[in-house]
Amino acid sequence: MRYMLLIWENEALAAAQSEAEQQAVFADYMTFTDDLRARGVMQAGDPLMPSETAITVSVQDGRTISTDGPFAETREQLGGYYIVECDTLEQACEHAARIPGAKTGAIEVRPIMDFDG
Amino acid sequence: MAETARRDRVALVLRAEAAGVRARLIGALRDFDRAEDALQDALTAAWERWPVDGLPDRPAAWLYRVAERRALDVLRREAVAARHAPQQAGEAAQAPEPEELLALADFDDDLLRLIFTCCDPSLRPEIRAALTLRTVLDMSLEEVARAFLVPPRTMEQRLLRARQRLQRSGIPWSVPTGAELPARLNDVLRVAYLIFTEGYATTSGESLTRPDLCALAIGLMRRLVRLQRGQAESLALLALMLLQHARAAARSDAAGLPVLLADQDRTRWDPGAIRQGTVLLEKALRLRQPPGPYQIQAAIAAVHANAPSARDTDWQEISALYDALCRVQDTPVVRLNRAVAIAMASGAAAGLAELDRLAAIPSLIGHHPYHTARGALLWRLERRDAAVAAYRRALGLTRNRAEAGFLQDRIERIEAGEAGPEVQLPERA
Repeated sequence: MRYMLLIWENEALAAAQSEAEQQAVFADYMTFTDDLRARGVMQAGDPLMPSETAITVSVQDGRTISTDGPFAETREQLGGYYIVECDTLEQACEHAARIPGAKTGAIEVRPIMDFDG
Repeated sequence: MAETARRDRVALVLRAEAAGVRARLIGALRDFDRAEDALQDALTAAWERWPVDGLPDRPAAWLYRVAERRALDVLRREAVAARHAPQQAGEAAQAPEPEELLALADFDDDLLRLIFTCCDPSLRPEIRAALTLRTVLDMSLEEVARAFLVPPRTMEQRLLRARQRLQRSGIPWSVPTGAELPARLNDVLRVAYLIFTEGYATTSGESLTRPDLCALAIGLMRRLVRLQRGQAESLALLALMLLQHARAAARSDAAGLPVLLADQDRTRWDPGAIRQGTVLLEKALRLRQPPGPYQIQAAIAAVHANAPSARDTDWQEISALYDALCRVQDTPVVRLNRAVAIAMASGAAAGLAELDRLAAIPSLIGHHPYHTARGALLWRLERRDAAVAAYRRALGLTRNRAEAGFLQDRIERIEAGEAGPEVQLPERA
């Protein structure tokens, strides 16, 4: 089964980090991503640009409404994701716990609905 | 190890939350110095407690509650000492707000009010910038002083006078709305861009040992666009900063001399910053608000940033964008850049004719980039003596040593008989 691991992080905290700290986090992500690949479980994964680049689009009465910013007004913002192939939810959660962002934010583990196979 | 990690985490959270808490305290107390004293007490308390007790669920609310109590204690003591209850103490001496009633949005709202307050039109732009660096971006007095190249004592006095002036006139503590907003927001954006350009083009001194003002200005704009959404000019200014900052590594050579835009190694431009800046500009334009100066400048920067080389740049487009910029922001520097764009789009002779038309503007004549641009076009047109004379005038006007070295090098190359480079334009075009 495939699972999406959504990385929620506090952008204000990330912004307060020094450049050295940010580089250390980046290096941790590279190591983790390499490890997921080596284990053969990684299907996809990307960091996202910060939330000020986001636009939220909805259609009301046939009219497209665009609003500036992410959909949810929360302290945590979606900062990136991985898609992993695992046999069990337990394994997906284990991978989630190893994501560097788990130490500073939270990882949402969402099973992907597969219609075939 | 775990101990160190915990302390690092606490330090990070304090850095991230301090400005919001300070803002809310200034709003409640209407007094910068009382707010700062109370905040420092709360930060000290947090630094003692959090590594032991763990982080509170809502760090900003925790800090605010502790600081508010301290401030009230001070006000009460002063009231007793004065043997009468001053109005100020009476007003603020209500019971502290319980932590759970402090919504996270409160801190954001107050931070936005603080940004507008620091950029109050009653203050000179440089003072606005210094006050913003100190109170919104949490810089130390020494760092702010270094940013503006003045002794800390001088900066302290300036900031004190600015705070007193704001307090005397009663801090308005509101975010402007309606017809008032565009002009006031423009004041804020000017301050942010002033901080950025102070870092981008060091006006004097030898090297960039100052705090990274560009990064601070970008951080300020990221905050602003999250706090106040839907403002095309704010998004565009953030885009402009990212697009210009993307060139940082290529802007000077190993010896620290500036490298012209045309000669920069574009593989050293930061592609991530260019993509982000381009996307933010697209987003700003999508809001379909009247195109202000930052949207147009960001559009110009985006054309440069996404061009494979100086030669393969859409100069017609850039020239047209400068025409548009002249309509909303007709300043001598914009006209200078427009003349350079005309030279690139229609040839050195057309550009030189435009520059000569600007010779009546006194502020341009005292501005070294005008003479640098003239020198480059004259050189290109093989008018060597005039080119050398123009570069010499520029040399006499610059205070920056790296810039002076660059001009000296141009003069030597002309005198050695080298042909003018095909593409010549100031880096900031």
